[in-house]
Amino acid sequence: MHISAQDSSAGADLPRDWIQVEVAAHKAKPGPLLPILHSIRNRLGYIPEAAVPLIAEGLQITRAEVHGVISFYHDFNTHPVGRNRLQVCRAEACQARGCRSLEAHAQETLGIGYHQTTPDGEFTLEPVYCLGNCATGPSVRLNDDIHGRVTPKRLDALLDQATTQPLTLQPLAEEPES
Amino acid sequence: MTRIYVPRDTTALSLGANEVAEALKQACADRDIDLVRNGSRGLFWLEPLIEVETDRGRVAYGPVTSEDIPALLDEGLLDGQPGHPLYQGPTEEIPYLKSQQRLTFERAGIIDPVSLDDYIHHGGYVGLRKALAKTAQEIVDEVKTSGLRGRGGAAFPAGIKWQTVLDADARTGSSPYSKRKFIVCNADEGDSGTFADRLVMEADPFMLIEGMTIAGLAVGADTGYIYLRSEYPVAHQILNEAIATAEAEGYLGDNVLNSGKAFHLEVRLGAGAYICGEETSLLDSLEGKRGQVRVKPPLPALKGAFGQPTVVNNVLTLAAVPFILAEGGEAYADYGMGRSRGTLAFQLTGNIERGGVVELAFGHTLRELLEDYGGGTASGRPIRAVQVGGPLGAYMPESQWDTPLDYEAFSEVGAVVGHGGIVVFDDTVDMLDQARFAMEFCAVESCGKCTPCRIGSTRGVEVIDRIRNNEHRDNNLILLEDLCDTLEDGSLCAMGGMTPNPVRSALQYFPDDFHRDSTTASQATSEEA
Repeated sequence: MHISAQDSSAGADLPRDWIQVEVAAHKAKPGPLLPILHSIRNRLGYIPEAAVPLIAEGLQITRAEVHGVISFYHDFNTHPVGRNRLQVCRAEACQARGCRSLEAHAQETLGIGYHQTTPDGEFTLEPVYCLGNCATGPSVRLNDDIHGRVTPKRLDALLDQATTQPLTLQPLAEEPES
Repeated sequence: MTRIYVPRDTTALSLGANEVAEALKQACADRDIDLVRNGSRGLFWLEPLIEVETDRGRVAYGPVTSEDIPALLDEGLLDGQPGHPLYQGPTEEIPYLKSQQRLTFERAGIIDPVSLDDYIHHGGYVGLRKALAKTAQEIVDEVKTSGLRGRGGAAFPAGIKWQTVLDADARTGSSPYSKRKFIVCNADEGDSGTFADRLVMEADPFMLIEGMTIAGLAVGADTGYIYLRSEYPVAHQILNEAIATAEAEGYLGDNVLNSGKAFHLEVRLGAGAYICGEETSLLDSLEGKRGQVRVKPPLPALKGAFGQPTVVNNVLTLAAVPFILAEGGEAYADYGMGRSRGTLAFQLTGNIERGGVVELAFGHTLRELLEDYGGGTASGRPIRAVQVGGPLGAYMPESQWDTPLDYEAFSEVGAVVGHGGIVVFDDTVDMLDQARFAMEFCAVESCGKCTPCRIGSTRGVEVIDRIRNNEHRDNNLILLEDLCDTLEDGSLCAMGGMTPNPVRSALQYFPDDFHRDSTTASQATSEEA
């Protein structure tokens, strides 16, 4: 099977056997594609292009169908993401509590726009439309933790905590575990 | 032994509840305490709200931070003493909670959400046992009697939907699912300003599991799916834990409570697409496709998940079912007004002093909620606009705040009750920005199937930008009205069809914001800017 070697970030390190096992494990259940994609995303942080033919073959659907599903959903990035994923809520209830200035602060502090990753690979910044924390906005989600009443100062502290606490000695060009 | 409750719902956690729990554990290492992680009572302005069990009932303190723990203990926290400024008195006596009519949220914050014993001890699974003694038709009749309408926003009578699925012939479906029917819970609560579904799942998940099991018995479905948005990681974990427990204890599985009836339940995660809260998109997504809207007919009740007859109901709709079966449909119908029966969980959000869940019978006014419960804005400035019913709901000016909260009364003034979300804005809001955001949101989240929604939303953003910049403003205002007509009349579903609601209401009730000198037009900012 052809695996796109051009995709330097994914081609070589793709846990190919693991993906095949994952596809086989979900195959029998009704509507297996989203559970498979979530499983890959949970492990790698994104869906490498090279996973597409493996999934297509496993489920006996076309690559176009797999690609169509991946590209439809905001959760499924197709490029590697930072070690931390920061989502800033942009929806109305958070707007009423100042999220427009919070998102400007996040972009300025990290020096990136939405859907971008900081050059050191620490943070990927994403918009999110509602975290269901609307009585205590503005809210952000940093990885799996949701934070409420986030002021610019509190956001700085959260970002600081995320970079200084774990794995500060990790080499810059680290690879996804396989 | 002293029992202390520290909530674990998303909002409490977002404000440091885990740190509070940790600080309590450390400070009480040599004392005999039983720390329970309950769900939230929904009084979010007081979170983290910790409670201590005393002879006088549970006593509340909030909002507590981990730094408050030493002083709270010194002031007699473990005995429920009133010394500390965070003392709120007996929880049940807090007026915000005491005056509510809690049916669906009766147990929220009281029980440990993943304790089946707690659930049963507080009246859980009475409805399922009664349902098991009834025929399918009798269960459906009970739901019809209750007058329960879909709580997701569309307010379709639940009993009629269930009847359609019960009567549907499942054999016409294609293999491998023929002869089967499904129960699908729409837990893709994407509307900004709503969190009632989340609170049910995080504070009382067995109620939803029980409601879906009863729905399965009512229509003859042996499998249910909870389609949960991926933005709710806490709910995901709690639901999975509760489902595993229900399976282990015989409340789910091949032989529910030894009745010979099967019901299996699985949580499926969405992937960050707002449109998947629309029931037909949800079904396509559940099937592993792009979450695109289907053309109706066929109705999902006849041809839903995997081509089979399917009940698709919102979390709150299904969560109301155990009460209806336990207490009878009449008991539920006793609440409410007109054709809006029962209660609705209103969610006070945005710039509000006392935000949270307020479950009341239909018929109270918006002003009562904003003033008596909400206490005005958090910023202390006057309220200017209130968006009710999510991002597709209208912005309501003060002249409409005396409208009774009832599906039909709201409809008469061009507004929607929807899922009960109420987002409050103070007088710093720029309504042109809000109208622009409605179009922008539609452009980001449109499934792309129909042209008015896919293209019209982007054109809407551009037209509003021209209005802001005073480029042929009068003509562009006419164009915007025309575009709203096109979206409303030509879209396949509510996403495109209702995006004009916030745009038109902003135009109609806040026209000044669309006629500013372009050099002074400002971006809306809040008091924190």
